[in-house]
Amino acid sequence: MTERETALETQGVTMRFGGLTALHDFSIRVHRGSIVGLIGPNGAGKTTCFNVMTGFYRPTEGKVLFEGRDLTAKGPHEVCREGIARTFQNIRLFSNETVLQNVMIGCHVRTPLNWWETPLPFGVGAKKEKEIREKAYHLLEEVELAHLADECAASLPYGAQRRLEIARALATEPRFLLLDEPAAGMNPQESQKLMAFIRHIRERFNLTVMFIEHDMKVVMGVCEYIWVLDYGVLIAEGAPKEIQADPRVIEAYLGEEAVADA
Amino acid sequence: MYESRTKRLNVAAVALLGFFLWWAQGNLDGYKIQILNLVAINIILALSLNLIYGFTGLFSLGHAGFMAIGAYVSSLLILPAAQKEMIFLLEPLVWPLSVLQAPFFVAVLAGGVAAALFGLLISLPVLRLGGDYLGIATLGFAEIVRVVANNLSGITNGALGLKGIPNHANIWWNYGWCLFTLYFIARLVNSNFGNVLKAIRDDETAARAMGIDVLRCKVVSFSIGAFFAGVGGALMASLLTTIDPKMFLFLLTFNVLMIVVAGGLGSLSGTVIAGVVITVLLEWLRFVENPVTIGSFHIPGIPGMRMVIFSMALLFIILFRREGIMGMREITWNGIIGVCRRKGEKDRD
Repeated sequence: MTERETALETQGVTMRFGGLTALHDFSIRVHRGSIVGLIGPNGAGKTTCFNVMTGFYRPTEGKVLFEGRDLTAKGPHEVCREGIARTFQNIRLFSNETVLQNVMIGCHVRTPLNWWETPLPFGVGAKKEKEIREKAYHLLEEVELAHLADECAASLPYGAQRRLEIARALATEPRFLLLDEPAAGMNPQESQKLMAFIRHIRERFNLTVMFIEHDMKVVMGVCEYIWVLDYGVLIAEGAPKEIQADPRVIEAYLGEEAVADA
Repeated sequence: MYESRTKRLNVAAVALLGFFLWWAQGNLDGYKIQILNLVAINIILALSLNLIYGFTGLFSLGHAGFMAIGAYVSSLLILPAAQKEMIFLLEPLVWPLSVLQAPFFVAVLAGGVAAALFGLLISLPVLRLGGDYLGIATLGFAEIVRVVANNLSGITNGALGLKGIPNHANIWWNYGWCLFTLYFIARLVNSNFGNVLKAIRDDETAARAMGIDVLRCKVVSFSIGAFFAGVGGALMASLLTTIDPKMFLFLLTFNVLMIVVAGGLGSLSGTVIAGVVITVLLEWLRFVENPVTIGSFHIPGIPGMRMVIFSMALLFIILFRREGIMGMREITWNGIIGVCRRKGEKDRD
């Protein structure tokens, strides 16, 4: 694995909250352009890991590198500017705004509209505004939500809200996308569609995708490489096949059902 | 097509307002004109607080402080030198201020800018706080401004206040500034920058994850709000022709807050409607403070009865219609035309 191919790297990241070690000596390397998964039982530290990578937490020890640049001391908005976008486990849309406005807000980081550019109905501000609106609309077309552009975001069905959250993340023009349980609460058909969707946006936007997921069908179906966390410690990593066969993973996570299957 | 229609209707509405004001000036008595002026100023103040609280979600109670700064700065700039010499009894006014003079427009602008600078200054430490804590901190700021005004005799004339401020704030200035405020804030909140402010209000964590520099946006919104609060204070000083520190008690902020909450947090049209209704009611309800005689029963006048009624009204709004008159909705021309059209179709059927 050469340096050029690495998109994101963590080096010995440890995250302590008081006496609790949520993440211990966590080191991974994510290939550029790959789709990878982070799995583990509830409370294993997966979301903590995402929060460290996106700047919401500053790790107690260790480093986060993105394309060779150190992100450890950066805040969430700076991390986003660097090119990492995320979604949330419990959907966090701007619920009073329309679907289109939600995506437009995501565009702000790349096309910032300054307050002094807003009063005049012509000039730079109006041009930027139009540009942002068009870009947001195109993204909505991409995720097949364009027909709902003027609906209130909170009124969307669940699956559409998930897609909108991803569209909003894409609006920040990321190179690395973190999805926190994108298939949570979806039925098998919906998660099937989601997998195809994730593959599609990876190709379309030239992304590296990492996600947390509990739905094993999704994880095994779409991931090229998987890391397994348990109690904040990395207990296994490898291709889906290897993970499925790993006794520690079966013990910690997949449980008896998987043992019986194997 | 819609845009040009909206533009034409806006121009028509402004012209109509202008015509009404022209008519009012010729036909209404001084008391009613005064109320009209207060309506305009209260709308300016409420719009600025709505930008801070309703659109950005910053619970700020510092409006009286910004108004005081705007009022003092602009008053000192429009007071004639002779008048300054006459009213500063305790201590003479410090040098550059004692001779500084500016036209009314510049003075009001300076009042707004001064308030915005103070807003900028306090926002950096204070806006790291969230929710109720921010309310307490900004309330503290307003109190500090008042106490400083009370004691800085060389600049503010202490508790005596400033008297004989030239009455430049006529109906045209007030409504001019009012329209400018409405236009500026409406453009701001309907732009993508406004969307960003609303995003911060709705979900700060998600806003951060979207690459929004939350603190910076909050500071901008807070300072713009402070600017218009300063403008409102400056106009009010010139309208009342006299100011003193006692005027800028919390009650002043409360009145503005009442308009914003009653009109709907995050609704400009709601603020305008509530600004008109509440300002008019505040005057009209004065009769409840007069002594009343019903038959042989005599009730002495109770000063402050208006505020009791208003506080109760606010209580009812919070209990039964928490989102205010308009909620987050706006009245737009397209909306009005849509309603009219639907009604027309129904009548035809």
